[in-house]
Amino acid sequence: MPEVSYREAVRDALEQAMRKDDSVFIMGEDIAEMGGSMGVTQGMLDEFGAERVRNTPISEIAIVGAGIGAAMQGMRPIVEVMYEDFLTVSMEQIVNQAAKHRYMSGGQLKVPLTIRTQGGAGWSPGAQHAQQVEAWFVHVPGLKVVFASTPTDVRGLLWSAIYDENPVIFFEHRTLYGLKEEVPDELEPIPIGQGRVHREGSDVTVVATGRLVHEALSAAEEAESKGVSVEVWDPRTLQPLDVDGLVASVKKTNRCVVAHEAVTRMGFGAEIAAVVQEQAFDWLDAPIERVGAKFAPLPFAPVMEEYVVPHANDVLEAIKRTVARG
Amino acid sequence: MAKVERKSTLSEERVRTFLREMLLIRRFEEKVEERFRAGELPGFLHVAIGQEAVAVGVCQALDDGDVFASTHRAHGHTLARGTHPNAVMAELYGKLEGCSHGYGGSMHLYDVERGNLGANAVVGGGLPAITGAALAFKLRKEPRVAVAFFGDGATNIGTFHESLNLAQLWQVPAVFVLEDNHWAESTPEIQHSPIRDLSKRAEAFGMKVMKVDGQDVEEVHRVAQRALKHARDGKGPVFLHVETERLVGHYIGDPQVYRDKEELRRLQETRDPIKLFREKHGISDEELEEHDSEVQELVEASVEFAKAGTDPKPEDALKNIYA
Repeated sequence: MPEVSYREAVRDALEQAMRKDDSVFIMGEDIAEMGGSMGVTQGMLDEFGAERVRNTPISEIAIVGAGIGAAMQGMRPIVEVMYEDFLTVSMEQIVNQAAKHRYMSGGQLKVPLTIRTQGGAGWSPGAQHAQQVEAWFVHVPGLKVVFASTPTDVRGLLWSAIYDENPVIFFEHRTLYGLKEEVPDELEPIPIGQGRVHREGSDVTVVATGRLVHEALSAAEEAESKGVSVEVWDPRTLQPLDVDGLVASVKKTNRCVVAHEAVTRMGFGAEIAAVVQEQAFDWLDAPIERVGAKFAPLPFAPVMEEYVVPHANDVLEAIKRTVARG
Repeated sequence: MAKVERKSTLSEERVRTFLREMLLIRRFEEKVEERFRAGELPGFLHVAIGQEAVAVGVCQALDDGDVFASTHRAHGHTLARGTHPNAVMAELYGKLEGCSHGYGGSMHLYDVERGNLGANAVVGGGLPAITGAALAFKLRKEPRVAVAFFGDGATNIGTFHESLNLAQLWQVPAVFVLEDNHWAESTPEIQHSPIRDLSKRAEAFGMKVMKVDGQDVEEVHRVAQRALKHARDGKGPVFLHVETERLVGHYIGDPQVYRDKEELRRLQETRDPIKLFREKHGISDEELEEHDSEVQELVEASVEFAKAGTDPKPEDALKNIYA
């Protein structure tokens, strides 16, 4: 198959699921004629019509809540929340309703809802259009959380999210939509809960998500030229976490760096660090290093934004620090 | 306009059903109060004494396949929809035999087989999913209706407005039942809403409004049937505004310091839906007694059933998190 972009890969998964299955439909703000604010759903209205490509009011509570209700009645809705910042508007529905109906009903209900959303810095939208909020959702029992970093992964994981019987928050990264790679002709579902080694190495494991996977891969190239062999491991699914894959990688390299674009403090990387020290403490040759955004809202001015969020160089510095110890 | 007294057209069988169902809720709730005060029931309980006619009138009008979402005050809706008192009481005792298998409790009663998609402890929390359930029915062209119960307090929260807006915009088969008991916990309507007629909020979305006296079970049933038919026929959602009374506190043990005791006594005398039903249908003491003793036996048996039920194992807490 020719190269496809991350954006086209998302669309391909949506279209294939909708062709296969009448119970799948999408809804969200500006997703019909406009094709979504990121152009992901462009052209889908023509093929599937307005009943299944549903433009909604600006109404995140009702969009997510309606997705929950339709899912409880046997549909497989895919809700697009335009920016992940806006998930906060629908937080009650996600956390108290979607995540808990199965539990509170003692197993009578299921909510096979997928909430697609995107974010990410690098284009100076300011404090309310580019946050990375995945850590807020991995803390909620009943939700699954996916964050894919490549076209192949995003396609295979979205398929699995749509067909998962649970609510899945599916994070996409804005700056990756144009990223291209060759993908298999046939869509291959990627199981939820399975990490991926993007690059094998023997001196240090960099656990990275989203955009930082690519930053970590550049840092790894740079480190390699200085004689440090870096493994880059992407959990892909943050909840549930592929603990076995994570621990196996760290036991091999004996060093660990965690890298995400979200704020470092209290972030997803803290959980990774906790899991590694619980399960691979004796294998660690150095403290775990963390890379992430500084503890600040995202600023507007490009020089400040650049300063707050992490880049390949921050990953490289962390690699150097951990290798320099012990 | 003079109020038109509507002649009853209820069959004798319906009269018996309505009476019995309302009595069942009343006696069940009284028993719940008693067992709570005796220290047997964990958690937090809200009883529906005074609002029995709403639950019975609406639930008796539902078809098989219809679904509903309830509120923190859910025992009445659940019993009226046919969930056995044993299953409801067992849930209140936290037993596996409960209608939510001990995972939910009073504020999270579910019975999916009977269309009960759950009582919700977040005020207004269940409304968006009702719009979504109705959307599923519309997309699949199924003649089913999704019903949301909520109180006047819920009409101030965003879920209410967003759900009604979307339901009306998409013309989904939903009925929004406002149980207007004029209190949001301890806060009277005058302090929580700038307008007195809350159905104007639905009118603002262009939604069909129907109003009914919620203390008259026959009228609630008649109007609910119309509302459900309207929705089922594909004519769009309906806002069913039911004027009712909470004849007790917000929760069991609520001293109601905020409420005029004289006024409450007056309402208990004049607006009790069971008393009103008896008067309207000339139900004799003997007939009432006959139903009452049957219902009380059922309720008593539900307590025995619940107490003899199975406690979940502590580690069952880790089940049912994911499907």
